[in-house]
Amino acid sequence: MSNAQIEIQLIASLVAIACAIPGTFLVLRKMAMISDAISHSILPGIVVGFFITQDLNSPLLILLAAVTGIITVILVEYIQKTGLVKEDTAIGLVFPVLFSIGVILIAKNANDVHLDIDAVLLGELAFAPFDRLMVSGVDIGPKSLWVIGCILLITITLLIAFFKELKVSTFDVGLASALGFSPAIIHYGLMTVSSITTVGAFDAVGAILVVALMIAPAATAYLLTTDLKKMILLSIVFGVFSAISGYWVAHWLDASIAGSITTMLGLLFLSVYLFAPSKGLIAVMYREKQQRTEVSLLTFLLHLGNHQEQEERHVNHLNEHINWQKVRSKTVLDLALKNNMITIENDIVSLTKKGNEFTTQAISYIITNEDSKIEHMKDDFFLFRG
Amino acid sequence: MDKIAVKIDDLTVAYNYKPVLWDIDLEIPEGVLMAIVGPNGAGKSTLIKSILGILKPIAGSVSIYGKSYEKQRSLVAYVPQKGSVDWDFPTTALDVVMMGTYGSLGWIKRPKQKEKKAALEALEKVGMLSFKNRQISQLSGGQQQRIFLARALVQNASIYFMDEPFQGVDATTEIAIINILKELRKAGKTLIVVHHDLQTVPEYFDWVTFLNVKKIATGPVKDIFNDDNLTKTYGINYKVSIQE
Repeated sequence: MSNAQIEIQLIASLVAIACAIPGTFLVLRKMAMISDAISHSILPGIVVGFFITQDLNSPLLILLAAVTGIITVILVEYIQKTGLVKEDTAIGLVFPVLFSIGVILIAKNANDVHLDIDAVLLGELAFAPFDRLMVSGVDIGPKSLWVIGCILLITITLLIAFFKELKVSTFDVGLASALGFSPAIIHYGLMTVSSITTVGAFDAVGAILVVALMIAPAATAYLLTTDLKKMILLSIVFGVFSAISGYWVAHWLDASIAGSITTMLGLLFLSVYLFAPSKGLIAVMYREKQQRTEVSLLTFLLHLGNHQEQEERHVNHLNEHINWQKVRSKTVLDLALKNNMITIENDIVSLTKKGNEFTTQAISYIITNEDSKIEHMKDDFFLFRG
Repeated sequence: MDKIAVKIDDLTVAYNYKPVLWDIDLEIPEGVLMAIVGPNGAGKSTLIKSILGILKPIAGSVSIYGKSYEKQRSLVAYVPQKGSVDWDFPTTALDVVMMGTYGSLGWIKRPKQKEKKAALEALEKVGMLSFKNRQISQLSGGQQQRIFLARALVQNASIYFMDEPFQGVDATTEIAIINILKELRKAGKTLIVVHHDLQTVPEYFDWVTFLNVKKIATGPVKDIFNDDNLTKTYGINYKVSIQE
């Protein structure tokens, strides 16, 4: 690996971490679309800042752009408060206007400004190592690395200092307010950090990828954990993994780095969405199938408990009597046998002592409206699940 | 019962220029277990939220033991409506109860062993200790309500505001909650509860406020919980037989 390659991966990773932290809270606050709005509407701030400073990494430019981000949030909230349109409509109204002001400003001054729309939308990560930070003649690394490094440091400090406040105001705004943690301060603090991070990351990865890096890792982590700290850590891990693997995918395919990183984020989310142990699609489908079979089993056992007459308990009559197809009857019959709930003699099915106990217990839970306890009971009775 | 815990003067609250609470004067004596009753949209939750500074009134003032709420925060605990939060939030029962200690900690300072111990004790009091590490979405509605109650208990307050603590809970939980509320009243605390089920008012509460945008009546249940006030509040001919 060359120096430039290492630097690009380092920048991409720091950007991913800096995005994942505010991103986690945006996802939990159901404000994912706000990050999309901010990432687009900071464009006029960047352009005006660039006219003044002629430097994409100047702190003044970052500040100006961040202010535009905050203005976006305030405008959206103001329009929403009139009660005439909903929040998503308000977002859709505000950011295209601000973004297009930026586009016009660039187009009008195209000759003087080294800034083009492609770079704004997709970033120029590959060129980041060319813009060096020189301190008294000594090269101390790419400018964007320093910029995003500083932003990340501030973000982490704020996260550690205000973790408790962020948590309570995200979970329960009313309580946070009653306890004296002004939700407005925390809200605008988070919006400021999101805006600054967006600007800092903008140069490296562009407006579209910033959104992906904020939302996708957090959304992926959300499917895997039930602990806020772990969710933040996992978001960071997913972000960094996508940044580095995306870089190498781009390298092999000779394609856009930003595009490849976003694709990796998408693939990562898709695989977690499918395979996550408890919230994943496959796990959910498996659980539903299991539940269905076990409910059938209970119905079957109830039927046996209710009927002493032999013809009601004959194996072949089962599908006619409780209206099941052959496969279903066989599955249920097998499950009951495996769990020692029934015995079969001369094709006549009878409840065992254990089967009887289970059924009686389950009925008593059902009639006292405590169905939820049946789940726990299954752990005691079942050797094999459905 | 001579001390006034909460005093409200000329309180008016409006959403988009439409008053939801109109010129409310209310004195809540110390040590009562009070129900706030009224139809939907009567401003019951709004009243609590305005007392706690969550909503800004357009007129009027509120005092807690003679001082503004901002100065008396530590004396007050709040149980919001269960539906006001996202129960899919990645956190555990214990962690939610710990949030009750955040107020006394103030900004930046983190909960330590002492706060954790208090939270565990509160969980035990509401019978939820064995669920302490359960993710909150895995709890039943009644259990979630108990967690909210534990979070208020951990605040160790003098005045408790509760927004429909019996909403969507099973009979066992309802009895468990009302027993805790009665215990708190015995310990000299003041409890203000938004309540929906008129049938249980005489059994659960000793004080009641009828509210429908304006204050209709307030006082001891045995004196003012009658058909006349119910009719004035709910606008239809209301008949509730009060069991002696």
